[in-house]
Amino acid sequence: MSEPGFDRLSVADVARYFGRRKALTHVTFTCDAGEIVGLLGPNGAGKSTLLNILATLLSPSKGTVTYGDRTSEHGGADIRASIGMLGHDLFLYPELTARENLTFFAQLYGLSDVPGVVSHALEQSGLSARADDYVSGFSRGMRQRVALERALLHDPRLILLDEPFTGLDQASAAALVSRLRNRQQAGCLIVLATHDLDIADALLTKPIFLINGRPVADSGSGRALRERYQAAIASAPA
Amino acid sequence: MTAFFRIVWIVVKKDITVEVRSFELLSTTVFFAITVVLMFSFSLVVEGRPVQEVAPAILWIAIAFSGTLALGRTFERERQNDTLRALLLAPADRPAIYVGKLVGILLLLMLVEIVLVPLVGLFFNAPIFAEPVRLAITLAAGSLGFCAVGTLFAAMLVRARSRDVLLPIMLYPMTVPVMIAGVRGTAALLQPTPDLAIAQFWLGLLGAFDVVFVILALWTFDPVMTD
Repeated sequence: MSEPGFDRLSVADVARYFGRRKALTHVTFTCDAGEIVGLLGPNGAGKSTLLNILATLLSPSKGTVTYGDRTSEHGGADIRASIGMLGHDLFLYPELTARENLTFFAQLYGLSDVPGVVSHALEQSGLSARADDYVSGFSRGMRQRVALERALLHDPRLILLDEPFTGLDQASAAALVSRLRNRQQAGCLIVLATHDLDIADALLTKPIFLINGRPVADSGSGRALRERYQAAIASAPA
Repeated sequence: MTAFFRIVWIVVKKDITVEVRSFELLSTTVFFAITVVLMFSFSLVVEGRPVQEVAPAILWIAIAFSGTLALGRTFERERQNDTLRALLLAPADRPAIYVGKLVGILLLLMLVEIVLVPLVGLFFNAPIFAEPVRLAITLAAGSLGFCAVGTLFAAMLVRARSRDVLLPIMLYPMTVPVMIAGVRGTAALLQPTPDLAIAQFWLGLLGAFDVVFVILALWTFDPVMTD
């Protein structure tokens, strides 16, 4: 399903207003194939809004988002077919089993060999033995693993993750990092919003600091991410 | 076109599976509909005799109220785990997703009506078996118009904070024509001697409303869901 020609995501002067409230303003960056871009900032900084815009679920009030050489208005379903998103809410039906959830989304994405794709996804999540258990009985970490596989079922080119490490123990977080590195090496474009600066420091190729909906300049790549984040917060206008 | 109906079927099948597992929507909606009919029967049936020609209005009020409850709960289910966003993110035709949700709600409402119609017939001495096929078609056409608008509004309001209040405020004025046509058409069929010409006229009008509402909803679903 992924589109080989889609090697760059460009965000140009994007703004988003909700009524008179400016959730995002002047956001500009690019993400190339093999990059992991991190959206870092305190709560309410506009990270989830930006991810929703990148996922084509929200339209920018100003500016453009370009996927390769196409905007979401021109790409429509083709662009959506190349996006995999793991939201803060996990996009899973608790009344369905892990297998039924993955099967439903595989069918919705029009994948061929649905049983094969789903079995592979269940193996990847390490939940093959619990495949026929209802998701409502899973722990947050297990649900997160199913949700990640749901997002990656169709082998998306652009992977968007909103707080993917929330609720994960160390082993699960390490497994997720390894899975993301694997997708990075496969040439995917990855954009994630996170508060976990320690994991982000080791994972990101490019951080974007967002404060009150505005990007803040990075103070330098030589320092630890946590210091750069604190410097960004300190330099942001009140 | 095949892909469109494949998506519709996938969404309907998923909704049926979820409902069969939880039995939440059907049980609450049927219970609510029965309660509405019972409450009206307490006030409008005196000494075993109902107020004349009140049955069609009671029937459609119960359908509208329980339909609103079903619409709200169906989309609340999609809101809780943000699965509506996952549906919208899929490369599937968004109107097909709308139709899938619409068919699911319509099936649910028709199941409610299977309980509701005999109950109204029993309490209000309405001759529901005089023209059963025409009555079923009138109910189906009215329910389709109501659910077509309701599904669109419920989906639009899924992220609104006061969605439970806003849904009936937006839905009832828009569906007044459907309700009037439904009540008049049903009244014509539930007369001691059914007036088939009048019933046919209102059924035709219901059909026209259905076509307009479904086309408008299909046309607007994609833009309104991309905020």
